[in-house]
Amino acid sequence: MPPQITYITSSCVISQGIVLKDGKQLFENKAADVQAFLLAVYQHFGLNYSKFYKMDNLSKLGWLASEVLLDNTLKKGDYQPEEVGLVLANRNSSLDNDLKYFDSIKDIPSPSLFVYTLPNIVIGEICIRSHFKGEHAFYIQENFDAGFIENQVNYLLNNNILQACICGWVDILADHYKAALFLVGKQNNDGAIPFSAENMNAVFNQLT
Amino acid sequence: MKREIFVVADNIFTPLGKTTAENFENLKQGKSAIKQHHNAALSRQPFYAALFDKKEFPKEDRYTKFEQIVIASITDALQQSGLNTSDEKTVFILSSTKGNIGLLETETHTPELFDRISLSASAKLIAEYFGFKNQPIVVSNACISGVVAIITGMRLLRTGQYENAVIAGADVISEFILSGFESFQALSPGVCKPFDKDRDGLNLGEGAGTIILSSNPKYAGNIKALGGGISNDANHISGPSRTGKELSLAIDQAMKDADLSIGDISFISAHGTATSYNDEMEANAIALSGLESVPLNSLKANYGHTLGAAGLIESIVSVQSLKDHVVLPTMGFEERGVTRSVNVAKSIAASSKPNFLKTASGFGGCNAAIVFGK
Repeated sequence: MPPQITYITSSCVISQGIVLKDGKQLFENKAADVQAFLLAVYQHFGLNYSKFYKMDNLSKLGWLASEVLLDNTLKKGDYQPEEVGLVLANRNSSLDNDLKYFDSIKDIPSPSLFVYTLPNIVIGEICIRSHFKGEHAFYIQENFDAGFIENQVNYLLNNNILQACICGWVDILADHYKAALFLVGKQNNDGAIPFSAENMNAVFNQLT
Repeated sequence: MKREIFVVADNIFTPLGKTTAENFENLKQGKSAIKQHHNAALSRQPFYAALFDKKEFPKEDRYTKFEQIVIASITDALQQSGLNTSDEKTVFILSSTKGNIGLLETETHTPELFDRISLSASAKLIAEYFGFKNQPIVVSNACISGVVAIITGMRLLRTGQYENAVIAGADVISEFILSGFESFQALSPGVCKPFDKDRDGLNLGEGAGTIILSSNPKYAGNIKALGGGISNDANHISGPSRTGKELSLAIDQAMKDADLSIGDISFISAHGTATSYNDEMEANAIALSGLESVPLNSLKANYGHTLGAAGLIESIVSVQSLKDHVVLPTMGFEERGVTRSVNVAKSIAASSKPNFLKTASGFGGCNAAIVFGK
């Protein structure tokens, strides 16, 4: 089967107090700490999802980025639940929350913190919210390896395992955080750019 | 036509044995590595788990215990394969859920420690030890990590990006992990009983497994990795789907990818953790995929739940079962305690069919399935 051309339909980058969608700055809040910043993003975009408050910071960050990414981009009914999946990566796994769970062990180990001691929980949170049931995987990388992500996602799309895929990077440790998510599909919509490692890196580097 | 992907060599490194052959012999004899431990460094209460003897790892300086068991497992598999690790056509894939997280319990929390704990650091050290040239790939996707690692490797060989994949998975049990499962009240007070009516939770286990895959036609005739599938429940982050429909999707995808039908499957190597919810969901999924009558086993009462290694260890045991034309029993199982009438293997049986299905599920609503065969 000849490989199809795939496209980045939309992108979202969150880092250093800034939220970008498709390269455009939608929000800035530089004064706040991580916790306050994530809540400020949630409020700014008028989101209403009670599960948000119980998430760890990695899930909050990835979930917020996915909400901004998918807003007006992916409509309900565009795809079947099993046609949409995720391929994500990061550097620090779930260490940000692991440290908080570790602190709870001395007293009473907290099951609500323990459940977030896995990096793929952020994928679960995004799937629950948007009802995605397709393939997914979480990889640990020292630095964002766009070439690897490109190959993985193109395999899924070219083999019709998925019709659309959210991919990219979601990483957080203490005050240092960055999310860069891409919605990739087969349609060359308005504003879509070819899905390539080069284009992903260009978007990723819009914020340091 | 999909490129054929062959199993070249493998190793299982667990408290039950240091090679695949030794492990398989002990499984055939019905042995379990699970016993009661009184170890204040891990838990305030006594607990049942399958752990390595502490004396086996006297020094943890350059390589931690986690890295030592991965290195031991890969070393044995590589020796059998005769593979040249410095070949640019070879990729190394590491699977783990928590790797070196136990260092949080013994070391001072500094940025350097956090870098040392990262799975990338372990993968790099192990890659350097063996002289792997390419950037290692690290999978950390809860309890399906091992199956996802094999599927990732199979696909990288299918597309021709690499010719050989050395895929290793491991986890070791720390207070961090044990206390978490305790807090979830997920641990059995004895040895676990997968799919049984009296099942009361899981046991944790330590171990490593390595499988080497290759697309090189010189291995034609070997058992092959035939197909895989992964899905998400989109239901709950710590409880499985009520219907099993999503694991069933992954099974159907793996069967389609392998181009096989139900009658081709000798047995199912189930996840079978012996928690009430997992086994019920898994039985539902197996029935939904039309595999209710196919014999299935769970090895959790032999090994405990080895987390990021489970998908590898259990796949390798099953590859060995195919070679030996047997289906291993489910230790701890007496009477079926799931709604669907799945065919839980109680005693070792002969089988002539050439393929098996391995399933796995985990936190985050993740499910995976892979098919191996001849």
